[in-house]
Amino acid sequence: MSLFYLETLLIETYKIIFLVLPVLTAVALIVWLDRRVWAFVQKRRGPNVVGPFGLLQSLADALKYIFKEIIIPATSNKIIFILAPIVTMTLALIAWAVIPFDENLVLADINVGILYLFAVSSLGVYGIIMGGWASNSKYPFFGSIRSAAQMVSYEVSIGVIIINVLLCVGSLNLTDIVLAQKDMWFILPLFPMFVIFFISALAETNRPPFDLPEAEAELVAGYQTEYSGMMYAMFWLGEYANILLMCALGSILFLGGWLPPVDLYPLNLIPPVVWFIIKMLFLFILFALVKAIVPRYRYDQLMKLGWKMFLPFSLIYVVLTSSFLIYFDLLPKV
Amino acid sequence: MLIDDRMIQGIFFYIFALIAIVSAIMVTVSRNTVHSVFFLILDFVSISCLFIMSGAEFLGMIMLIVYVGAVAVLFLFVVMMLNVAQQENEWFQSKKSKEQNSSHIPVGFLISTIIFFELIVVIGGWKLKPEIFSNLKPEVMLGTTNTHSIGSVLYTDYIHLFQISGMILLVSMIGAIVLTYKKRVGLKRQSYVRQISREKISGVEIVNVDKNKGVKIDV
Repeated sequence: MSLFYLETLLIETYKIIFLVLPVLTAVALIVWLDRRVWAFVQKRRGPNVVGPFGLLQSLADALKYIFKEIIIPATSNKIIFILAPIVTMTLALIAWAVIPFDENLVLADINVGILYLFAVSSLGVYGIIMGGWASNSKYPFFGSIRSAAQMVSYEVSIGVIIINVLLCVGSLNLTDIVLAQKDMWFILPLFPMFVIFFISALAETNRPPFDLPEAEAELVAGYQTEYSGMMYAMFWLGEYANILLMCALGSILFLGGWLPPVDLYPLNLIPPVVWFIIKMLFLFILFALVKAIVPRYRYDQLMKLGWKMFLPFSLIYVVLTSSFLIYFDLLPKV
Repeated sequence: MLIDDRMIQGIFFYIFALIAIVSAIMVTVSRNTVHSVFFLILDFVSISCLFIMSGAEFLGMIMLIVYVGAVAVLFLFVVMMLNVAQQENEWFQSKKSKEQNSSHIPVGFLISTIIFFELIVVIGGWKLKPEIFSNLKPEVMLGTTNTHSIGSVLYTDYIHLFQISGMILLVSMIGAIVLTYKKRVGLKRQSYVRQISREKISGVEIVNVDKNKGVKIDV
């Protein structure tokens, strides 16, 4: 009997390793892609030296970070200072447990998948606050206070957008959400929500134009200022893993997850996982383009956008969606 | 040694329960206020794990989202902003310095004893309806999820309580805003619409300035 539990443990560990390794590889690759797209917009070449097309640049960077010294400031709160990057990295990775890459290709197919994702992404703010506070220095503290307010504000609008999608699905399970889009992706009826989701995801992951927590012109690097070596790299990996997660969430909620655009002959030959990766890459390239094109927001503009425009608009859209569904009797039967 | 499902569940239950209790004690004991808030967060997380273990996954997730994701962030925010972080919890230091022999502990004990006895009196004198124990066993709806069953009760049988609690939250929110809101005068605000709709004709004005008189440009 106890052998059975050992076997389960081993199988689950095996599954987890084969989820985490591709995610980390993908993170390394999208860091490269981000820099290439950014360079492309600015008519530069970007990293193109290490490996073919510079693909191994992130690996070289990682090696550099590993061999650098980890400096812990003397006046910092050491335990929390060390915990902060670990928290960021862990939260960024555990969220991938519920992402369905195919109809049966998911580590944990739980009933409340979308709530789990939402909870994990709302916990993400702790890594930043802990890092900023424990550094015991001005700029990191400013950065962490800014990011706390920013992430809490934009979570609210992401939550309301998720409610919009859930109204059309009738389930909190991520696989059900994708399967409900078999006839029509939710980007068509909920296009304004998709735009707001995209912008809120930018703010939630502290990407430009909402990168106020780490605005290098005002705050050096915000909450990361005092970090060095591998600890800095963990923040950085966690951040990109979160960005990738937001791309995955966007493609699950609006772009039909692993489903092809239409279920016709040449399109359904492509494996579902590839469709999923293509959609994530599309969203990520949008993220990267926004970084290259748009200037940074001012803080009051950021708050105004979050609370006075996105929140009321998405609330009104909830009312519209539910009225439409009730009037045409389209509410999903549970 | 034989391991079965119950034993594994028991092990996990005791791990999470132990973490919850220890961190709840640490909230009051730890010297640093920010550490207290972090222990409170750990407490919330382990309690939501207990919820999930007992099959109430929706409650567990809502606990994480509301308490850990929003309420504790605001706690942390306030604690950090008020700079009580440097101010150390002096409850357990009172033995060292005699002049500031704080009377926190006796007062705390007094109040908690009073509350304890009050609770005993209240709960002991509570008259329960005889049919409550048969109602406590929920009709297990097979094939429906946790979320579905909560929703089907919350929006039908308990809709009035639900709406009243919503109204209470709304009133307290408005109250908090009214108490803290101060109308500031002389504030310069930006209006995007006015900025965007500015035209060249209205934006630029050519003025003939008289000699030694100047012109007043502020509008």
